[in-house]
Amino acid sequence: MLTPVTEPLGYDFFLRALLASAIVGVVCAVIGSYMVLRGLAFMGDALAHSAFPGVVVAYLLKGPFYLGAAAAAVATAVAIGWVTRRGNLRGDTAIGVLFAGMFALGVFLFSLIPNYVGDLFGFLFGEVLGIGLADLLALVGLSLAVLAVVAILWKELLYTTFDPLGAAASGLPVAALDYLLLALIAVTIVVSLQAVGIILVVAMLVTPAATAQLLTRSFGRLLAVAVTIGVIAPVVGLYASYWLNAASGATIVLVETALFLVVLLLRLQIGRRNEAPEPAT
Amino acid sequence: MRLVDVVAGYDHRPALENIDLEIAAGSLVAIFGPNGGGKSTLIKLIADLIQPWSGSVEVLGEPAGRAAQRIAYVPQAELVDWSFPVSVWDVAMMGRYPRLGPWRRPGPADRDAVAAALERVGMGKLRSSQIGSLSGGQRRRAFLARAIAAEPDLYLLDEPVTGVDVTTQEDLMALLASETSGGRTAIATTHDLAAAAEHFSTVVALNQRVIAVGPSSLILDPDVLSRTYGGHLLVLGNQAVVMDDAHHHDSASGGEQHFHERPERR
Repeated sequence: MLTPVTEPLGYDFFLRALLASAIVGVVCAVIGSYMVLRGLAFMGDALAHSAFPGVVVAYLLKGPFYLGAAAAAVATAVAIGWVTRRGNLRGDTAIGVLFAGMFALGVFLFSLIPNYVGDLFGFLFGEVLGIGLADLLALVGLSLAVLAVVAILWKELLYTTFDPLGAAASGLPVAALDYLLLALIAVTIVVSLQAVGIILVVAMLVTPAATAQLLTRSFGRLLAVAVTIGVIAPVVGLYASYWLNAASGATIVLVETALFLVVLLLRLQIGRRNEAPEPAT
Repeated sequence: MRLVDVVAGYDHRPALENIDLEIAAGSLVAIFGPNGGGKSTLIKLIADLIQPWSGSVEVLGEPAGRAAQRIAYVPQAELVDWSFPVSVWDVAMMGRYPRLGPWRRPGPADRDAVAAALERVGMGKLRSSQIGSLSGGQRRRAFLARAIAAEPDLYLLDEPVTGVDVTTQEDLMALLASETSGGRTAIATTHDLAAAAEHFSTVVALNQRVIAVGPSSLILDPDVLSRTYGGHLLVLGNQAVVMDDAHHHDSASGGEQHFHERPERR
């Protein structure tokens, strides 16, 4: 009776994938909550895409992919800040120019590689079922590091997100905390690359927090709801992808998107019912 | 608090020039002047949110920024994201964060300070409300509670009484008066000349330069007013109303006439 649930658990690769995607879901939900409140969704998507040339270069040099991805993402974040200030451009314009340029560089380098490189496709769309033990351990370590930083600085990050002027006037290092958050986003993206891939990671970051925002008006509960979705959606998605023989990263993201849409429609329905029908005048 | 020969601005456009200003501890100060006259810029200089191009800023006996934990800054209401998922209690607790530092979570002393601050601003019953669900006056009260909970030596308030009801205005000013009588200093920008004249002990007339500093009766001086506002005054009976002010819509429109007072007429 329970075989649909228990059968895949007999495979080590499925257990590793389950663990990896649930951890990724938690870290993404936590960092994504700050991103959504700061309006950094587009920035997150940009950093993810700009990691691609780093991954390709790391592959060519046979180095660890996460170093290449992190270096490319952090360099892009710094460059976006620099171009915005020096070029006197809007932030989203600078992001648009640089992230497309970086992603194009990745595709360009990728296309120069003569033989088939299936591994690299995994980074674009995610291939969590193929995650090895060493990568899983690295993923756990980096995730714990990100969560530890947030555990130490959650209230400073919250204050600077809510009221950067008030926080700066009272002595919090707002600029440093802004850069720290960008760095945390970059590391989170690197952690998530194998699970959901460059193109879909923004959904893992933003969708749980966006869904939570529909449900609650308190930061603590927003985090709790986002993390809950961040754990449940990958588990459901991974099982679904196993039984449907579908791409795992995309299935996980689709579960999160479906959940968001259901919550949104329910909320609109409830909102309509609460609006007392006005008598016609 | 002392500013010496300060020039400051944004990009390449100066907003403040040749500012020399000294404010004694325990003062309750209103900064008034036209839009674009540099009121917010002056507050931000004191708060070390922007750096002067030249000159020196000394706050609470130290260079600006050094005494940040003794300062509470209340931003303009328009700059706050009211849909943010925080309650009144959360906002007031933020006043305690800087002194707590990283690692430490708010403890009983912090909760007591926040509860006391919320009682003082009359928001004890609304502590669990999300800030977006509050009225304009209640929002101001919540932010003042945050400032009080920080137990600062210097309050910096950008337009604290703009867009709030009269009761709230009276309550906020009474609170600031009681804080300053205890030796703390409060500096606020305001569009509201009536409020400035009535509630503040010291006023600073500002239009890129310091036009005048002195007791609040200065506001009733037509010479100071016309030099500060450059002539955009509406005179209704014996009351002067400033007309170049996008936020100032106290008087009902319709039928009233205004004229531009020209300096040469005096």
